[in-house]
Amino acid sequence: MAKKRDYSLVGESTRLAIETGLASAEWYHTDVPRKTMKELMQRSDGPAIRDTIIWIVAILGSAAGIVWFWCTWWIVPFLFVYGVLYGSSSDSRWHECGHGTAFRTRWMNDIVYHIASFMLMRNPVQWRWSHARHHTDTIIVGRDAEIAVMRPPDLIKAALAFTGILDFRYSLPTLVRQAFGTLSDDEKSYIPEMELHKAVTAARWHMVVYAATIAVAIALGSWIPLVLIGLPRLYGTWHMVLTGLLQHIGLADNVTDHRLNTRTVYMNPVSRFIYWNMNYHVEHHMFPMVPYHALPKLHELIRHDLPVANPSMWHAYREVWPVLLRQLKYEDYYLKRELPPTAKPYRGEFHDLDITAAAAE
Amino acid sequence: MAEWVEACSVDDVDEEDVIRFDHGGRTFAIYRSPEDAFFATDGFCTHEKAHLAEGLVIDDIIECPKHNGRFNYKTGQAKGAPVCVNLKTYPVKVEAGKVMIDIG
Repeated sequence: MAKKRDYSLVGESTRLAIETGLASAEWYHTDVPRKTMKELMQRSDGPAIRDTIIWIVAILGSAAGIVWFWCTWWIVPFLFVYGVLYGSSSDSRWHECGHGTAFRTRWMNDIVYHIASFMLMRNPVQWRWSHARHHTDTIIVGRDAEIAVMRPPDLIKAALAFTGILDFRYSLPTLVRQAFGTLSDDEKSYIPEMELHKAVTAARWHMVVYAATIAVAIALGSWIPLVLIGLPRLYGTWHMVLTGLLQHIGLADNVTDHRLNTRTVYMNPVSRFIYWNMNYHVEHHMFPMVPYHALPKLHELIRHDLPVANPSMWHAYREVWPVLLRQLKYEDYYLKRELPPTAKPYRGEFHDLDITAAAAE
Repeated sequence: MAEWVEACSVDDVDEEDVIRFDHGGRTFAIYRSPEDAFFATDGFCTHEKAHLAEGLVIDDIIECPKHNGRFNYKTGQAKGAPVCVNLKTYPVKVEAGKVMIDIG
């Protein structure tokens, strides 16, 4: 009988992933001529500056609406917009600027990265390293620190994620713990020793801002500061979860081909602005050097080699729901998306490997 | 001791670009800067085993294709997380249209 997956980053699955060569493996890439890839990778400040100006104006505008309409029902649409911008769109800004691909100018990436990390209650040092690991070992059990839905799936937890409660309950105590100088064994497994003190310092700065926000709220005798800073992580997270869950949910784990464990979904323009084109997620994982604004072009270029993209989020969730239900009983079950006839086939020698079964031997 | 080897022709590398050069079981990266000067470093990123020649050259920076780690390819200096260890650089000279690197 296959063993249960161990999602710790220092446990049995970690050892097996290293022993079987799944950790830091060579991954499949669609062939793209160097000249074309070089063009796609080119950096530009223009699109990100434009989008960031829109983003900041919308954040400030909706925040002003919240303050202006405080204690009236008119506040609701402003809370809706502000919450999504603060609690959801910050995730894609964090992500793109963390990769350093959004802007050509490094300091612009760094500033937006740190602001977005704060909005998300993410330690910017810790998460930079966890995301590097996510790209090295995407959905490799025991290695990837960013597996959103583990197997068997906890559907109540997944549903609660839309409210932000679980993430909030995890993120804030994590920052507090780190601010007191304690990093977990999992965190230490992917943050180099020479960077640990930076993670502690970053957590302390976040705590200082939250303490200041609480102090201002108390001094003013008003909830407004907290509704604007901190709490949007609760009421505005739903769009990040709605789009982000689809990245890998229900697909294969322990494979070395992003076509098998990652999903591209066509989305409406508003969601794509909020999500900064991360709906082209197979493309992003295969070629993380390509900036968000060039991903649609990359998609057109390599789509012949990828499973057909889901035409909508609704379609993707409908497709994955029965898979999740089946995983409740058979956690090894996953959705294997068909490749078009123009694609290079999956490499069976890697993908038939069952490290949970191997563990039982 | 110096050991000069021919890595490529000058025309093999586009301006502001990089190519891979394998020699004696080792891998190097050969750069041509926007000022039309040539440079050489180890071929693999010091963070994880990724070929820098598949990365992007921006001014005097090479960005690793795997995690976007950035190095100054002229000095080998790591420019911050996720790269913390500097890249080894090698002396380069151009002779008769050939790029030579000292791998000694």
